[in-house]
Amino acid sequence: MREITMERVNQVRDEILETVKSATLTHEQKVAALANKADSLMEVLKLPEGLDELMNQPIETKCICDLSEGRAPLRPRYIIPDYAKFMREGSKFLQLDPPKDLFEALNSLLIFYKHVPSVTNFPVYLGALDELLEPFIDDVDEAMAKKLLKLFMIHIDRTILDSFSHANIGPKATKAGRLLLEVEAELENAVPNLTMKYDASITPDDFALQCVKTALKSAKPSFANHAMFSSELTENYVIASCYNGLKLGGGSYTLCRMILGNIAKRSENLEDFRKNQLPYVMQTMAEYMDERIRFEVEESGFFEHNFLAREGFIHRDQFSAMFGMVGLAECVNILMEKEGRAGRFGHSEEADQLGVSIMEQIDEFNRNHVNPYCEATGGHFLLHAQVGISEDIEISPGTRIPIGEEPDELIDHLKNCAKFHKYFPSGTGDIFPIDVTVHRNPEFVLDIIKGAFSENLRYLSFYSSDSDVIRITGYLVKRSEIEKLESGQAVLQDTTALGMGAKQNGKILQRKVR
Amino acid sequence: MARSFSERCAKAPVNKIIPFSSVDGPGNRTAVFLQGCNFDCRYCHNPETRRLCIACGDCVDRCPAKALRLQAGEVLFDPAKCCGCDTCIRTCTYDSSPRIRWMDAQETFAEVKKQMPYIRGVTVSGGECTLYPQFLKELFALCHDAGLSTLIDSNGTLDFRAHPELLAQTDGVMLDIKAWSREDHERVTGSDNELVLRNAVYLAERGQLTEVRTVIVPELFDTAGTVEETAKLLAPYRTRGEIRYKLITYRPMGVREQYAHSRVPQNEEMEKLRAIAITQGLKDVVIV
Repeated sequence: MREITMERVNQVRDEILETVKSATLTHEQKVAALANKADSLMEVLKLPEGLDELMNQPIETKCICDLSEGRAPLRPRYIIPDYAKFMREGSKFLQLDPPKDLFEALNSLLIFYKHVPSVTNFPVYLGALDELLEPFIDDVDEAMAKKLLKLFMIHIDRTILDSFSHANIGPKATKAGRLLLEVEAELENAVPNLTMKYDASITPDDFALQCVKTALKSAKPSFANHAMFSSELTENYVIASCYNGLKLGGGSYTLCRMILGNIAKRSENLEDFRKNQLPYVMQTMAEYMDERIRFEVEESGFFEHNFLAREGFIHRDQFSAMFGMVGLAECVNILMEKEGRAGRFGHSEEADQLGVSIMEQIDEFNRNHVNPYCEATGGHFLLHAQVGISEDIEISPGTRIPIGEEPDELIDHLKNCAKFHKYFPSGTGDIFPIDVTVHRNPEFVLDIIKGAFSENLRYLSFYSSDSDVIRITGYLVKRSEIEKLESGQAVLQDTTALGMGAKQNGKILQRKVR
Repeated sequence: MARSFSERCAKAPVNKIIPFSSVDGPGNRTAVFLQGCNFDCRYCHNPETRRLCIACGDCVDRCPAKALRLQAGEVLFDPAKCCGCDTCIRTCTYDSSPRIRWMDAQETFAEVKKQMPYIRGVTVSGGECTLYPQFLKELFALCHDAGLSTLIDSNGTLDFRAHPELLAQTDGVMLDIKAWSREDHERVTGSDNELVLRNAVYLAERGQLTEVRTVIVPELFDTAGTVEETAKLLAPYRTRGEIRYKLITYRPMGVREQYAHSRVPQNEEMEKLRAIAITQGLKDVVIV
């Protein structure tokens, strides 16, 4: 391990004291923050040359960002346990037999969730809840089943304290799925995040419409293009965290992101961007990710010792990693300007085509970069349109059109999305606040989803323009909780602070209502 | 407005096309609004769609975007320059708009097609779109060929019995029943409603009456009587296809100033009317 200066140690000690004394952090949030402070003193990774100059910069110039993963990764960033196996076999480590009824199933899941690590220390995947619970749903009468599910969901919301934690339902209609949707529409909670795996050839319309109605109440579920994800990751895929497509029983070692707008800023012109700057940043980030993965697999001991791996709930060879990017819109606009060309991303075919050609270049790089521990995905990382973080200023998530510049007509917005969603098997998505009049016509939203998925859009989220729970970027927050935090009160969930930042820096409350 | 006009020409004056509409029939539809109406409803909330432009030119100089010009006795409109400020329609004293495009069915369908596969159908509204039955028939044929459903939003003054070819291309009609008694209807619209009611039954018998609507303006006409009689008239035909009854709460937005002083009904009044319709045997009664 490399030495560090006393100056740096003392700086971290100051930050620790500040954390200890914080008025707005809960106890749990302080403990998590303190662990990150300890980790920040570590120097165990062999960093690629040039990384520091690209990464440790203010947000206006930073080209690579590792999204607070820390300096000595002790676990993969995202872990996707095979909960079905747990339901079948129980767990020796947790001293739990397979559940025999709905009471035991819900209790066992709640226990398991407390032991699934992630970058935030909360599980980012809670399972395909409809499939997991359907075998038990007729153990009790429907009113009792609904009550139990309601208590289960409240328990999740109050103990899994960030909305990156994600449950899945669909594509089949089930009684458990219907009851879960009813409960979520009534509760209007931020946690968990919820995705409906939608496939028009499998999912009946009435079930899909119940999903839309629920989304207009509680900003979830979002809709994932089941046919598209299945064709890329097989049917053993899940949606976790924001909207990340990952393999069941695996996960993602790491997620780093390129800030494309800032790479455009340091480029002299389009040619310099293409030939020099972008390839250099991609290579540096890929090497950095390779090194993080190497440490996790070869040195951290996680895959040898954690019960999830030991009992086969996860398998090292089902993991991959997410090669992320943000700010394609800003990147395109800066390069168009540097080239003296008119037209902005989302409004000009020429600008959009420049965006497509940049994505092709990133995709080609990734197809040629091999990591020995990403066997699950052909030895390559998966591209990811990252949703941004609260500190981002003038950096649009992934390939999204900047808020405030959305095309007047939703059709034109969707046509732009259709050009980019295909590049991102590990996740991308667009979010549309919907006018309240649509409550009377949920088929309107379902028609859009059907059309979008037939045009190879990947992932769509809707929320009602007047609802308390809203989707910030890839996670959910209650507006009322943001207001509490803004007035200086501590709040339960970590993601509220992120939502507050995104409200201030990312203008997320000013999205165009459709 | 002379109905014979439209028979001469399969072009229709298009006031506006809304690519995605959630309020013009079930699901997501492209809504096409045609210019010109043969009723004069007091509560009309888009009176600028009532008449065809007479090229007086009043709006031309007032247009801040210089999107209008007067040429050879016609006001020409340049959509590319339009900033959407609506100064022209506020200026117009003739209940018209200079922002009209005369389009044939092919041109209109080209605009509709852009929304596929996101829409399930098209709704043509107005003004009163049945002033242009030939245009409708041709447009709907193109829509049907492309797998899109077709709805007409109408005041019911076209004798649908005389237009079997149009009805063959029409999946449903959304019909306004603005008042039940002849006197009330004349007060509200300036016209009688004999044909409207005959159309309602004719379409309902054929299972082509998708929806009826009544704008509820409390003191203007007998609202309870209208709702009751309309529901009683149509309930027997539900077996041929569900008929939605939409009770629209009057709001003064957009209404001409001389008529904009009616009272907005309370929620409870609307709910009472809804209960009346349900008592008469309709099932799908919504308040908007």
